[in-house]
Amino acid sequence: MERLKSHISVNLFFKLTTLMRTKSLSALLLFLLITSTAVFGQLLVDMEATPASVESNQQCFECHTRQIYSYENDWSGLVERKAMNPNYILDSAAFHQGVHRHFACTDCHSPEYESFPHAAEARLEPMYSCMDCHGGDETYEQYHFELIEEEFYKSVHSTRYDDSFDCWMCHDPHAYKAMTRGDFKISEIVQNHNKTCIDCHNDAVKFSILTDSVRPDLALVHEFIPNYNLHLKAVRCIECHTAQEDTMWVAHQILEKEFAVKKCVDCHSSNTMLMASLYKYQNLEARQDGFLNAIILNNSYVIGANRNYIFNIISIVLFGLALLAIAVHVFFRIKNR
Amino acid sequence: MQYSNPDLPLIRFDLAVQFHNIAGLIVTFNYLIFVAGNLATKNGNYYRLEIAKLYKDLSLQLEYYLIGVFKKRPTPFPINEKRKFNPLQKVTYVATMYGLMPVIIVTGLALLFPEIIIEKIFQSSGFFLTAILHTIVGFMLSLFLVIHVYFSTMGSSPTSNFKSMVNGYHEPH
Repeated sequence: MERLKSHISVNLFFKLTTLMRTKSLSALLLFLLITSTAVFGQLLVDMEATPASVESNQQCFECHTRQIYSYENDWSGLVERKAMNPNYILDSAAFHQGVHRHFACTDCHSPEYESFPHAAEARLEPMYSCMDCHGGDETYEQYHFELIEEEFYKSVHSTRYDDSFDCWMCHDPHAYKAMTRGDFKISEIVQNHNKTCIDCHNDAVKFSILTDSVRPDLALVHEFIPNYNLHLKAVRCIECHTAQEDTMWVAHQILEKEFAVKKCVDCHSSNTMLMASLYKYQNLEARQDGFLNAIILNNSYVIGANRNYIFNIISIVLFGLALLAIAVHVFFRIKNR
Repeated sequence: MQYSNPDLPLIRFDLAVQFHNIAGLIVTFNYLIFVAGNLATKNGNYYRLEIAKLYKDLSLQLEYYLIGVFKKRPTPFPINEKRKFNPLQKVTYVATMYGLMPVIIVTGLALLFPEIIIEKIFQSSGFFLTAILHTIVGFMLSLFLVIHVYFSTMGSSPTSNFKSMVNGYHEPH
């Protein structure tokens, strides 16, 4: 929604500026645009503007987006082609669509990386964690970073492993997108969030970074769920595997597998627990846009929980009327026998 | 399943789903036999509507059910070899068997094999529309079932039509 608003205001801005063609007026409009976005928009990152460090980052992306990079060897004078370590290959497009799009690489990485070949010690540099920038800052209050950290420390990812399990294990700061808002479709949010889990839990190599135990086959351990693949597309892993906290956008307290939700009716019922998490924001949106959208936009049919109470009531009333009519008919038939 | 509530468990949800799936497949199979039977035998003729006289015939039959039956008037469309159903029955059966049944079977099969459902129909989820359609039609059919069973008691005696179902002979009024 915010994106749409800012998109509309940007369009309006360009139309008006072409119409007026006066510099002072465009400056005034630019000012109005910025202030209006500040008032309406909750997005902290300007997703429309050109990424601030696009040029300086280009130097890094020159090699770090490729599988094969080349450089001139000062000793031999030859141009050499080498394979890039797959862990250091980035997607520049994803970076520029992510929330950290305006950052320069050296904002977080050592300036020593500006020279090539990179100094060997640079690789041992301590990395920032999420909380180094986002913790205790009112700007990010709406994201509840402190609560996320608190929940994370209670989660199996933290209690089962040492400090080496940090935010970056699941969240890539180079491509992170905020996807919890009402302006994404539920299916997109589900896909994005589940990818976070599946990337490791369905990958033997990544899984073995943390443990020597055998990786459980996801399809096999979820065999009790009918249509597992469809469930995986429709709901997030965390729906069943976390302790749901109402104030959180995305629950981070991943529970031991024994505590995972296993009862069908916890979701498939009129007071489905999904209302507290997955559908919460969609519903807020639906309520804002009126009655019809509340029916159509809740494209979240869960059998036994379509939440169309209207249908339930209509059906019960009609059944009641039919039974009543039959009772009356029976009464007169007996009476006139 | 529509009214399921974990606080009032009438039946376990997973069991309900299983029974529902099995019942759905049996209904589909029986429906295919019904269609094949109507195509292959003369039974299909009983389902042909006479559109021109429809309104008049329907009124007559409705009047019989609402008034005539209490005054012991004879039924306006007695059953004979040419006519198994009265006009009201015919309309209802045609709508049910050729209208609602195919819809519930197709939507039901789609929900049983969800990968075949079109994902988006006019900005709205295909699953949602399929499921809602299945629910509404299912409800209409269950309403039909209740009324249908009641009307079976309208024979010469309340149980005579049930006897006919078993022995094949109709008892006239």
